[in-house]
Amino acid sequence: MQPLSAPRRTPTLTVHPLRRDPAPSRWAYRMQRLWLTPLFRVMFRVGVPTFVLALVVGLVLADEDRRTAIAGGITEIRTQFQNRPEFMVGLVSVVGASPELADVVRARLDLKLPQSSFDIDLVAARARIQELDAIARADLIVRSGGVLEVAITEREPALLWRTEDGIEMLDASGHRVASLAARSDRPDLPLIAGEAADSATPEALALLAAAAPIADRVRGLVRVGERRWDVVLDRNQRILLPEEKPIAAIERLIALHQAGDLLGRDILTVDLRTEHRPVLRLAPYALSQLRQSQGIDISGSQL
Amino acid sequence: MTDLYQAQRAMRNMRRAAMQRGVIAILDIGTSKIACLILRFDGTDSFGDDTVGPMAGQSSFRVIGAATTRSRGVRFGEIAVMAETERAVRTAVQAAQKMANVRVDHVIACFSGAEPRSYGLAGEIDLEDSVVTEQDVARVLASCELPDIGHNREVLHAQPVNFALDHRSGLGDPRGQIGNRLATDMHLLSIDGTVVQNILHCIQRCDLELAGMASSAYVSGISALVEDEQELGAACIDMGGGSTGISVFIKKHMIYADAVRMGGDHVSSDISKGLMVPMAVAERIKTKHGGVQATGMDDREMIEVGGDSGDWEKDRRQVSRAELIGIMRPRVEEILEEVRARLDAAGFDSLPSQQIVLTGGASQIPGLDGLASRILGQRVRLGRPLRVQGLPQAATGAAFASTVGLCLFAAHPQDEWWDFEIPAERYPARSLKRVVKWFKDNW
Repeated sequence: MQPLSAPRRTPTLTVHPLRRDPAPSRWAYRMQRLWLTPLFRVMFRVGVPTFVLALVVGLVLADEDRRTAIAGGITEIRTQFQNRPEFMVGLVSVVGASPELADVVRARLDLKLPQSSFDIDLVAARARIQELDAIARADLIVRSGGVLEVAITEREPALLWRTEDGIEMLDASGHRVASLAARSDRPDLPLIAGEAADSATPEALALLAAAAPIADRVRGLVRVGERRWDVVLDRNQRILLPEEKPIAAIERLIALHQAGDLLGRDILTVDLRTEHRPVLRLAPYALSQLRQSQGIDISGSQL
Repeated sequence: MTDLYQAQRAMRNMRRAAMQRGVIAILDIGTSKIACLILRFDGTDSFGDDTVGPMAGQSSFRVIGAATTRSRGVRFGEIAVMAETERAVRTAVQAAQKMANVRVDHVIACFSGAEPRSYGLAGEIDLEDSVVTEQDVARVLASCELPDIGHNREVLHAQPVNFALDHRSGLGDPRGQIGNRLATDMHLLSIDGTVVQNILHCIQRCDLELAGMASSAYVSGISALVEDEQELGAACIDMGGGSTGISVFIKKHMIYADAVRMGGDHVSSDISKGLMVPMAVAERIKTKHGGVQATGMDDREMIEVGGDSGDWEKDRRQVSRAELIGIMRPRVEEILEEVRARLDAAGFDSLPSQQIVLTGGASQIPGLDGLASRILGQRVRLGRPLRVQGLPQAATGAAFASTVGLCLFAAHPQDEWWDFEIPAERYPARSLKRVVKWFKDNW
């Protein structure tokens, strides 16, 4: 007997309506193939962004006004940053110089303070300061708190150099330190004279050191013909030193002096220019006395 | 004739160029589906050499893209509607390219239709010198007399299958051997020229270049027959949607190919007509419930046929599986009997081994092997294609026998007539090669 109910519905075999043609369009197909081409991919990924960037930058910068505006903006930002208070220098402190020299250094720096430390040309300022004769070395440091510290090493005068124009102070290397109004201002310094004597200053100092045993009699050194030295003693005595090895010569002279009180005698000059034959020049009176003692008649002579 | 010879040579060069680039597409244009595989050749072993590489070149390639689409506009393995087929090819190629993420320009295609006809050719020459040279091989191939293959037909395959030197036959490579008379046997497969033109045009419209063509019966034989079957003699029956290809192999050469213009689609069409259902439903019923051997239980297994008419009686129709088998079996028998007739005509009986391998999508009907063994002979088995590297699981079924075979064909093609040198006599009178040959012969 058949059941009255309808047979149970099994899942029907009706197929889903077929999708419409899944084929890509001709252009989609071509574009996909183009996209799979390695060279094209590289061009698209690198070339196109580069080109667009270059184009945008080029278009923006093509206008003159915009270029100047951009440049002005950059400059303004830069200036604002540089003029921040933490970069401002408001004070110059000079260290290691006498008060007079410090004033000279400040005048020489010639900075319009306060000024940003970015604007100060420290190298040029240092060069300007070092041009001063009295200064051996200057170090410029911008300290925190807006202080420009100028550390100065002064030149130490070692000699006085008398020239036609006046007296100059020289340091040990022969560099001018300052002028001097009178010799008596610095009686502690030895004196030298003669043309271009400053260029042989180290030698002069060595000679003076060698002549220390007779230092109380030395009045100064004279440079002769820019090549050799004369030692001038009081009583107008003069020691002519050779060009070569003057120190050895002066040591020999001091040995002679200590042995026989050479310089205490009535001598005008001691000529040491020839190494193995020192020559003495006697004063006229001494000479005539010598001649008389030797029995030489000198009555008619000028000598 | 010479045009096609030149075209085939050009295709060979294109295939070589594609190998150099390392990527080639395989296109199987079938009646029910169009399959596209993309192969990447990265092995450095040479393919042009005479030596067979490891695993006959299978190890040198890898499938990197695969796509299948429902075929449109193809009937009996031939293009019926060009635009539809072109779109289907585009779909398959695009999907495969997308999977492989590489662009392919060269394609090797196979198709089952176009009425293939086999011819056996024989040629014989007296050797000028006692040693066989390349030129002698070329001359003996040229000496084969071309049969009248009919108007507007082209040569698809022309493979020398045997060389004989004096009384010694079965030589694979006669070069360098000594003898007086060189003879050859050549197998020539001709197909309809217009079909080839259509396929060429269709592939060109997809911006692809054809780098080779093959008969799908031949290539499914390559993939579905194992080595000893190819050596001892076997027939491969590729049961496709619109046509059933037959290829007979012996000594690793195809010696016969043919096609029956009936296939799985005809079975579906019978179901559609017999049960009054749409073709798509018929196809679904066939694949889900189909069979060819009715048993007592099949009377009780009811299949909901359905319909969208709105009429209760029509939408509630049911058929038993036995009825369905009753519809399918005569058509399958008809196909197999037609195959039997073709094999008998080709003299398959005289082969030493008469193994028959059924493959193709329609060979998956349950119970087909039992039916086939009653019609074709006792030694029937169902064949599945060889496993190749990288092939997706979905493409390893019997329906992909010719696709996979085409991969093997692309990797390691059989020497064809156009791969040999042109005999010097055929060159134009003023050719430089002729001069070179004269010098070689006289000094």
